[in-house]
Amino acid sequence: MNVIPLPASLDERSFEQVARAAESARDAGERMLFDATHVRWVDPYGMVGMLCIGSHSRGSGEPPLLKLPDNPDVVSYLTRMHFFPHAERIFELSGAPQRRPGHEAGSDVLLEVTPINSHQDVHAVVDLVNERGIAILTKQLHYPLREAFQFSVILSEVCQNIIEHAEAPGWVATQTYTWTRKLGGKRVVVIAVMDLGIGFRKSLASTHATRYPEGGWTDAAALESAFMHGQTRHHDPGRGQGLQQIRKLVARWGGRVSVRSGTARIADVPAWDETGRTLETGLPFLPGAQIGIILPARDTEV
Amino acid sequence: MSSGSTMTYGPQQSFVPVSIDLHSLVRRSVASLYSHLVTRPTGRALRLGIESQIVELGDRCLSVLDFRQVVILDYSCADEAVAKLVLRYMGDDRPADAYFLARGVSDHHLDPIEAVLARHNLALVAEVDDLGFTLLGEVSPMERYAWLALQEAGIASADDVAKRLRADIEETSAALASLARRRTVIRHADTPHYCALPVLLQASA
Repeated sequence: MNVIPLPASLDERSFEQVARAAESARDAGERMLFDATHVRWVDPYGMVGMLCIGSHSRGSGEPPLLKLPDNPDVVSYLTRMHFFPHAERIFELSGAPQRRPGHEAGSDVLLEVTPINSHQDVHAVVDLVNERGIAILTKQLHYPLREAFQFSVILSEVCQNIIEHAEAPGWVATQTYTWTRKLGGKRVVVIAVMDLGIGFRKSLASTHATRYPEGGWTDAAALESAFMHGQTRHHDPGRGQGLQQIRKLVARWGGRVSVRSGTARIADVPAWDETGRTLETGLPFLPGAQIGIILPARDTEV
Repeated sequence: MSSGSTMTYGPQQSFVPVSIDLHSLVRRSVASLYSHLVTRPTGRALRLGIESQIVELGDRCLSVLDFRQVVILDYSCADEAVAKLVLRYMGDDRPADAYFLARGVSDHHLDPIEAVLARHNLALVAEVDDLGFTLLGEVSPMERYAWLALQEAGIASADDVAKRLRADIEETSAALASLARRRTVIRHADTPHYCALPVLLQASA
């Protein structure tokens, strides 16, 4: 048994640490136990990311084990975010999770972990976020109504990315938090959209790989093509707008957007993000694409 | 969708005005569940619905795309329902002589509509909240001036528009011809006149 202790904070930054440990364990060929005992905080990226890492770790062998956090607040939060019904299909869970299906009235959850398998799922996500999210975005994050509507557009486009390009199902989740250490204690909304599909390199290979020298068509090259230049496998100039428009809106709102695929990650990094890295390579391999978006609250005087 | 009686402007020139409520159309042709215009299949279904209604109306028509009830419009849906619709009727092989005018366009619709028009180098006449009738998309400064002058005049020849602008007649004619090719003004077949699309809309009200 290869035990992988999960960090206290499970988010985009610590995600790589878990992915790296899982890769090493996979190489060793042993069954994995993801030990979440000491997890104290988890965001949508961490939650959906664990579903991705778990699925990839499962392979064709025994399901990996997931030991639940000992903190009941964290378990309660994961329950409210509907993490467990999806986790149960991937992991063998150690410790019974609370079961409270359905969205509770008055819950602070913006969008629970939601599978994206079809365009109808995208419609459902937009309907849900519009129903619950407008008040949160306008009152807690001080977004003008127009921009609150645009938030739904971002979600729609980023979820369609899975259906159009991944050729596999994925998940989306989103939630708001108050950051205590960054951005002067501002509220933020975190969006995570991930799949285990073919990834950007394979998706774009047939139309773009031949322009690169042998060995030059890497995950990083594919991400640059799609993220920076809006290229897709389609010849239709109307395609490839989604990511570009998301980048434009996120930049306008002072947010951060990152796309990870294969062994690379590319990001638009705002000044408040101390990581400062726009392109990372040599990451542990994961199939598909993992997209993270962080939008800070608007200044109240806006 | 509703169609009015045939109206005329100038000698022997007739148009069938038609108003297409995008909100009601999407409920009919896609599914009554979806009030938000998101995803490519939704946009494609909308476009096909509009195209079939244009075919039913015959050769020349003005289609009004009404966004008043649309809360969310994403880029993928706008690309299929707006850009590809206009594109279809710009080519020589267009199935009918259709022109398009967007109404009820709010601030939050502008980004996706402008973005998809720009991607295909298209233009569209739109009635935008607080702005009135305006020309969205990709147009040259001369095309915009000519469109504004024609909009003010309603119906005018290239000569008249050039005089209003105090511009070169050839340059003005070229701009109006380009606007007509892009379905943002109508060129009369038998006279040297051009007509602004809002004039047709107001005449049919």
